[in-house]
Amino acid sequence: MGKKIRILIAKPGLDGHDRGAKYVARALKEAGYEVIYTGIRQSPEAIAKTAVQEDVDFVGLSLLSGAHNELFPEVVRLLRQQGADNIIVFGGGVIPQEDIPYLNEQGVEAIFTPGTPIQKVIEFIELNKERAQH
Amino acid sequence: MTVKEFLGQYKKKWEESTLKKVLHRFPERKNQFTTNSWLPVDRLYLPRPTSEEEYLQHLGFPGEYPFTRGVQPTMYRGRFWTMRQYAGFGTAEESNKRYKYLLSQGQTGLSVAFDLPTQIGYDSDDPHSAGEVGKVGVAIDSLQDMETLFEGIPLDRVSTSMTINAPAAILLAFYIALAEKQGVSPDKLRGTIQNDILKEYIARGTYIFPPKPSLRLITNIFEYCSQEVPNWNTISISGYHIREAGSTAVQEIAFTLADGIEYVQAAINAGLDVDRFAGRLSFFFNAHNDLLEEIAKFRAARRIWAKIMKERFGARKERSWMLRFHTQTGGSTLTAQQPDNNIVRVTIQTLAAVLGGTQSLHTNSRDEALGLPTENSVRIALRTQQIVAYESGVTNTVDPLAGSYYIERLTDTIEGEVWQYLNKIDAMGGMVAAIEKGYVQKEIQDSAYRYQKEVEEGERVVVGVNKFTIENEPPKEILRVNPELQKIQSEKLKKLRRNRDNEKVRQALQALHRAATDESVNLMPFILDAARAYATLGEISDVLREVFGEYRESIVL
Amino acid sequence: MIEALVKNIVRGEIRSIARGISWVENETAQKETLIDRLFEYTGKAIVVGITGPPGSGKSSLLDRLIERERKQKKKVAVLAIDPTSPFTGGAILGDRLRMQKHATDPNVFIRSMASRGHLGGVSGATADAVKVLDAAGFDIIFIETIGVGQTEIEVMNIVDLVLLVLVPGLGDEIQALKAGVMEIGDIFVVNKSDRADADRLKAEIEYVLHLKAPNDQAEQNPVFMTSATENTGIDELEEGIFEFLKKMENSGRLQQRRRRRLTQELRKIFTAKVEAYVHEFLQTGQKLNHWIDQIIQKETAPYQLVNKKVNQVLKELQNT
Repeated sequence: MGKKIRILIAKPGLDGHDRGAKYVARALKEAGYEVIYTGIRQSPEAIAKTAVQEDVDFVGLSLLSGAHNELFPEVVRLLRQQGADNIIVFGGGVIPQEDIPYLNEQGVEAIFTPGTPIQKVIEFIELNKERAQH
Repeated sequence: MTVKEFLGQYKKKWEESTLKKVLHRFPERKNQFTTNSWLPVDRLYLPRPTSEEEYLQHLGFPGEYPFTRGVQPTMYRGRFWTMRQYAGFGTAEESNKRYKYLLSQGQTGLSVAFDLPTQIGYDSDDPHSAGEVGKVGVAIDSLQDMETLFEGIPLDRVSTSMTINAPAAILLAFYIALAEKQGVSPDKLRGTIQNDILKEYIARGTYIFPPKPSLRLITNIFEYCSQEVPNWNTISISGYHIREAGSTAVQEIAFTLADGIEYVQAAINAGLDVDRFAGRLSFFFNAHNDLLEEIAKFRAARRIWAKIMKERFGARKERSWMLRFHTQTGGSTLTAQQPDNNIVRVTIQTLAAVLGGTQSLHTNSRDEALGLPTENSVRIALRTQQIVAYESGVTNTVDPLAGSYYIERLTDTIEGEVWQYLNKIDAMGGMVAAIEKGYVQKEIQDSAYRYQKEVEEGERVVVGVNKFTIENEPPKEILRVNPELQKIQSEKLKKLRRNRDNEKVRQALQALHRAATDESVNLMPFILDAARAYATLGEISDVLREVFGEYRESIVL
Repeated sequence: MIEALVKNIVRGEIRSIARGISWVENETAQKETLIDRLFEYTGKAIVVGITGPPGSGKSSLLDRLIERERKQKKKVAVLAIDPTSPFTGGAILGDRLRMQKHATDPNVFIRSMASRGHLGGVSGATADAVKVLDAAGFDIIFIETIGVGQTEIEVMNIVDLVLLVLVPGLGDEIQALKAGVMEIGDIFVVNKSDRADADRLKAEIEYVLHLKAPNDQAEQNPVFMTSATENTGIDELEEGIFEFLKKMENSGRLQQRRRRRLTQELRKIFTAKVEAYVHEFLQTGQKLNHWIDQIIQKETAPYQLVNKKVNQVLKELQNT
């Protein structure tokens, strides 16, 4: 059957607005990927551990409460701590442009802000999938 | 022949001559037109002449059953809607400053936004609160923070709306305890707590306990306030968030009213007389982009709720039949691209709410797709309401769009669709059952998905996003929340815990624990005692968590 | 490299276990070597299948069972299987959402698997994934599926014991009872037992079971009432599972079942390999269209053509 791209879509922190995350998860499934969706209120630790158990290629984080600068890098840190260097992390939500360089530095490779067509996310995944696979 | 037959015939003539000539050269933009909620829209609506009975039963006069035309006879000729801007961020001190600013600029009621840890019953120093303290609202950990929040603001002179749900009883207790300290008796307090847990399970996600104990807390509040705080609106049954989660206008009303039915029934089951609390129920809706659909939606909602209260629950007081509501313009319609466009969107949405007869209104700021609003943006949002109120003339008469052939038809259509949903949910055993089955969530998700697909495919235009875009967006001024907030709050908490009478706290929490295990006990007095003793929000919530357990999301896509 | 992976899996290293399961899922070239190497470490884990119609609360029930097992310090693994979309090839795997409170427990391993339309059926990859988890030292491995299709029934054949979860009020209790799904259940669970007609459902199930084996006391399939949300009946269910397993072990049925499972697995592997070899040899991929044309033009007939080709293969084997 060949390798399927597996993507974890998760919402770290306390923010409960999951309309966007659910849409992305469903759209990625329609694009042919396997999407593990863990719902709201996930701690960075739970996300990182889940990503490793599920051996995903990508982790997509959604956050609208403004806590992205603290929580996104924490997920990246925990992934690296477990040796999962190959997993590519991207994010979306209410994230100001100015915060994106910092997040990039911290290892979040792409941020998809409101209004970004889902096609851009799919392009990003296709472009980077080789690198994600060990 | 009747007027109806005559018009029917004439319409055919019109279609075959005048219309045909033009269609031939200029076809219409689409094959089918629909509202934003996919309800079909005809090219032309004609009068449907009604009888006197039909007018009275269907439309009625404002201030009279079924309230289609408005809950007050004078509406805005008497008093404008309350201009109530949701606000609060960072610390209680900063929020206090923002409230005083808004009051000075002409705002007539306060609306408090709490941060996520507070909404979910966690103190600022709880590990779950990491990164979230003070971000989406003010952090309130105890009565002390409440004192700071309202410093210099006399509680008998303002009406305060608190957007708090799962721990609503606790925040209300803080407010009442604070009023005591100001020397204000509870019967003078005016305001609202959102206190609508069902929509949390459906669309918003800030729940703590499972449905049954949550409903108990809600009915406890109804009972307590009907006796001690009679001018307080004990619940704001919300459709705003349901709409934001992607539902249609019909679903927004249907699921909100279904939640309402569940609450009323729960209160009746707890032994309360419907007319004792129904007058204090209020609603909270969304004002979306499709101006005319929104106006029809509000009118339909009033008519349906009036029927439900009168016929299903047998309420006898007129006030029990009235659907009074607060509106917020739709946050999810705001774009990060070309944010000034959002001012225009909010204006249209303001008109929708006002022409729909809202009792109070919050208008979003132009930069809210980017983050919390700056002072400038908030001022423009407030001015939008003031310009519509003072300059546009729409407030000079009651229910100005009544009689519009389209509006009346659309009101009827929406009403019909809502009843279908209500019957379906009844058949499932009520809203709690429907939520547990995942039915409600699925309906919303499907609408959200369909909507988004239309945007992605360009079928639905969002100006500035998928059409009329610009290459280089200019930099935007946004608000930053002080990242040190968590530390500051943690310090405050440490001090509080040192300085308060910890024995009193322990006793109060113990008493609360005991009371919570007995379903027949009203918990409000116990929560009040704990609040007065400066028990923290987290400590009180944890006691309830122990007894009630925690709710975990379980329905997926 | 494989040796390192094997060592790490046996040590219980999470990333390696995850990697091993991925190899199995992706049918990586070295997967067969990996499974063979891990085989000597397998045989200790109990494998429990849990299935039932959507809405029966399986995942929530499983969440509670995991709690109980963890209280007894057992290491638990879960394979949660969801269907792959036949149109897009993608899948939403959301079962673990109901068990996420265990995500940070190092002794719980949860893995979501999509059915993927595997060559060996989903049971092929699942059986191998079970071996990886078994070798890694998990005491109990749960496999969760939706349990209404043929594929899911296949999966249930690879476990030691099947929990069939039903709920009152779904309207199709009787259908489930008739659909043969009853055949695969060892232990029956009436979940959401706080509902009104829970007792009636229990009675219906017991009646059908009685029909199945009216006199054979030894064959009695127990029925338990639970409520995952109220957290009741779970202890009884958990004890019941292990009691049932003990009975199976004592009567020799457990060994029989495992033997049967291995037999089926082996058959499947044989079939898949032989088929693959035959088609590679005959170059079926390129030639199939031509053969179809021949048949359509009545130059040959279906069995005639196949027998000819198979004889070609046999001759080739004789010559080698």
